[in-house]
Amino acid sequence: MTANKKDPVVVVLQLTGANDYLNTIIPYTNGHYHDSRPKVGIPQDTVLPIDDELAFNPNMGPLKDMYDDGKVAIIHGIGFENSPRSHFRAMDIWHTCEPEVVGTEGWVAKVVRDLDPQGENVLKCVNFGQGLPRALALRGVPITSVSNLESYGVMSSVPGISSEEERNRLLDRFARMYAPAIGTGATMDYLGQTGRDALRGADIIKAAPEKYTSTIEYADNGIAKYLRDVVRVHTADLGTQVFYTSHGPFDTHFNQPPMHTRLWNEVSGAIRDFFDDLREHDAADNLIMMIFTEFGRRVRDNGTGTDHGAGGGAFIIGDNVKGGMYGTYPSLKPEDLNQGDLDPNYDFRGFYSSVIDQWLGLDPVPIVGGKFEQIQFV
Amino acid sequence: MPDKEEIALIAHLMRRAGFGASRQELEERAANGYEATVEELLHPEEQPAIDDDILYRYLPGYEGALGPPINQAEWVYRMVNTQRPLEEKLALFWHQLFATGNSKVDNPPEITQQIAMFRRQALGSFRDLLVELAKNPAMIWWLDNNGNHNGAINENWGRELLELFSMGVGNYSEDDIKDASRAFTGWTIEPKIPRNPLGRFYWNFEYRPEDHDDGEKNFLGHTGRFNGEDIIDIVVKQPATAQFLARHLYNFFVADEPQVPSWNINPPNDPDAVNQLVAAYDESDGNLRSILRLLFNSDFFKNARFARVKSPAELVVSTVRMVGNYQEPRPGFNMLAMECNWQGQELLNPPSVESWHTGGEWIDGGALVRRVNFAAGLLGDTSLPGVRTIIAGLRHRGVSAPEEFVDACLDLVGPLEFSGSTRSELLAQAAEDGDLNWDTEEETEKSEKKIGVMLALIAASRDFQFA
Repeated sequence: MTANKKDPVVVVLQLTGANDYLNTIIPYTNGHYHDSRPKVGIPQDTVLPIDDELAFNPNMGPLKDMYDDGKVAIIHGIGFENSPRSHFRAMDIWHTCEPEVVGTEGWVAKVVRDLDPQGENVLKCVNFGQGLPRALALRGVPITSVSNLESYGVMSSVPGISSEEERNRLLDRFARMYAPAIGTGATMDYLGQTGRDALRGADIIKAAPEKYTSTIEYADNGIAKYLRDVVRVHTADLGTQVFYTSHGPFDTHFNQPPMHTRLWNEVSGAIRDFFDDLREHDAADNLIMMIFTEFGRRVRDNGTGTDHGAGGGAFIIGDNVKGGMYGTYPSLKPEDLNQGDLDPNYDFRGFYSSVIDQWLGLDPVPIVGGKFEQIQFV
Repeated sequence: MPDKEEIALIAHLMRRAGFGASRQELEERAANGYEATVEELLHPEEQPAIDDDILYRYLPGYEGALGPPINQAEWVYRMVNTQRPLEEKLALFWHQLFATGNSKVDNPPEITQQIAMFRRQALGSFRDLLVELAKNPAMIWWLDNNGNHNGAINENWGRELLELFSMGVGNYSEDDIKDASRAFTGWTIEPKIPRNPLGRFYWNFEYRPEDHDDGEKNFLGHTGRFNGEDIIDIVVKQPATAQFLARHLYNFFVADEPQVPSWNINPPNDPDAVNQLVAAYDESDGNLRSILRLLFNSDFFKNARFARVKSPAELVVSTVRMVGNYQEPRPGFNMLAMECNWQGQELLNPPSVESWHTGGEWIDGGALVRRVNFAAGLLGDTSLPGVRTIIAGLRHRGVSAPEEFVDACLDLVGPLEFSGSTRSELLAQAAEDGDLNWDTEEETEKSEKKIGVMLALIAASRDFQFA
């Protein structure tokens, strides 16, 4: 097991439900923006300007501060051709890098496989949340998925089993029941592998909460809780190189302003606390966070919300990221729109490739299924 | 006494059409026969409903202003204690298909009303169910049809009606979605009472003719000044709809299928079975009782034992029904609801309108750990009434040596059909623990502990994850 603290680490944050990019990085001096969004548009005098064209959403103050410190890369116009407006399909494409067929193998899981080809460290990738996103699905690649870091463990609840010796005997039997067995089918094989990995992972990860102390006080919301968990596991030096978590729902068809405000307050505050916490532990320099969502939202609002769109944006954040803006913000001119939506001009697989190649030092081509234009963010 | 095969077959039926049954219930049902049991399940209205007075007394907030746990607990109570198992199982089926989430609706009592509507419509026509769904206030809010106006459509409901609720992707155009959405303009809810400071109130469906687009629409090759019900009438006659519903029923009641988004590419695992269900749909004009009658009496169903991974709700509820400690409303129901959540299925709050992924995708490291701990913790608890009954059954049969002990446990917990490799581990455990013996109080206590450990291991096994 490699447990070198300076191995590169990636945190993937998924904004579930399709974040409205136009109200995240706002073309605040563009007349088309204000014309298209009489109710959902954000007033010019409240935004946090980057330059004389683009500005952060007013609820992203902490991220604006990090941007000014040169730690945030903004990637404009991300997406893919013939972008489906279905959450279902679009998220699957992001998760599997398969825009043409329905894929079942997750790109993050392929990264984990290449980082740890023998599957030696079951904590190489840790997901925080309920259930496993498809990005992490690949038979044979162990992923530890934790909904509650405090109570993670197996056979911990059998009544009448009090002595350590009795419990160890049960754990041994569990391990044998989950041993590889010939001819019982793919799902039984998968269950066996998952059970054996869970046994090993639980033994190791239980040390993380015990070691951690911090002066950072996180807010009380889901993303803050999980990013704190990321710090607890990262600083425990268990060899984890990929973390995955998500927040939402960003599906703001209706009554968008208060929802979108709350969500970005939560996300921005949690990210600020997260990086402050990492720095307090001298553990920020080998970690980056990538943020994505399934697609952007329609340019013209539908009243108080916005429908599913196409082109959006993504972020890479970290102390060793070359901050700034990458790519071109898609045109808002009516004649340039794609069915009323921003036309994506940067393939999301290039975004993935940049991180896989420049940060993790792996070959991105087999993972994302081809060669795509990278951004030089390191 | 009914023969073993009949008991095993009815146990299979009760796992799928309900949430499992005790040994005593299986024997009673077996005495009536399989087909009579199917008929009884298909007519829930002939069985007593859950006593709402008891729920009002013990869970007084469940249809009022309180938060999600009360409503989730209310549903789990119904699943555990229903005498109409198929009605409750279908409510879960429709909830998984027409996934409506509290993350956005923010009104658990209103989603609970939607679940109650599923119970009422569970075995009627699919057409009527879709019409009720289109008028359901929680669904209108969830998919923004209250923001779908004459001249300014919001196509969220129109799209998902076709993509996720009836036909499946690839069977209609973007223009069909737009005109379906136009047809549902004016289908909205009455103005809501603000949640603060008074709490949550029920919403009501309202049709506003002045906000309805009465113009001509083109939908799936038909032209007319369609309203919402006309769209549904056209939808339910599409072959794609019969196929889509048949495949969902197969996936939920018979055997795990590939995940839904691949259905327009991957054919069904058992095309003949799906074709039979489609034929039953066509012959009955989409009558769900008729389709399910065919399904439960078919050979493809009877031969599909343990071919599905239990959903978290199925695992939690069936285990609780077996240990029999939850017949009365009590605080523990909140924890049962949370348990479903932690295993990856938060009732009344699916992750998105795409619903949960099923089959093997219920399982990941975290979910498996919780499933194992939950089931082993209950079945290994020799103080619980259902476990006492199993112990009494083992004593009554006079089992003692390892092989008869293990096989009797598997029989009384199921009957379960375990793989040879798992069974041999159970045999090894029984051999190490030594024969059961009831001669003295001390020996009895030891034997009961051995049984508890054996039942915990059964519950912790891979094989136990299947229904």
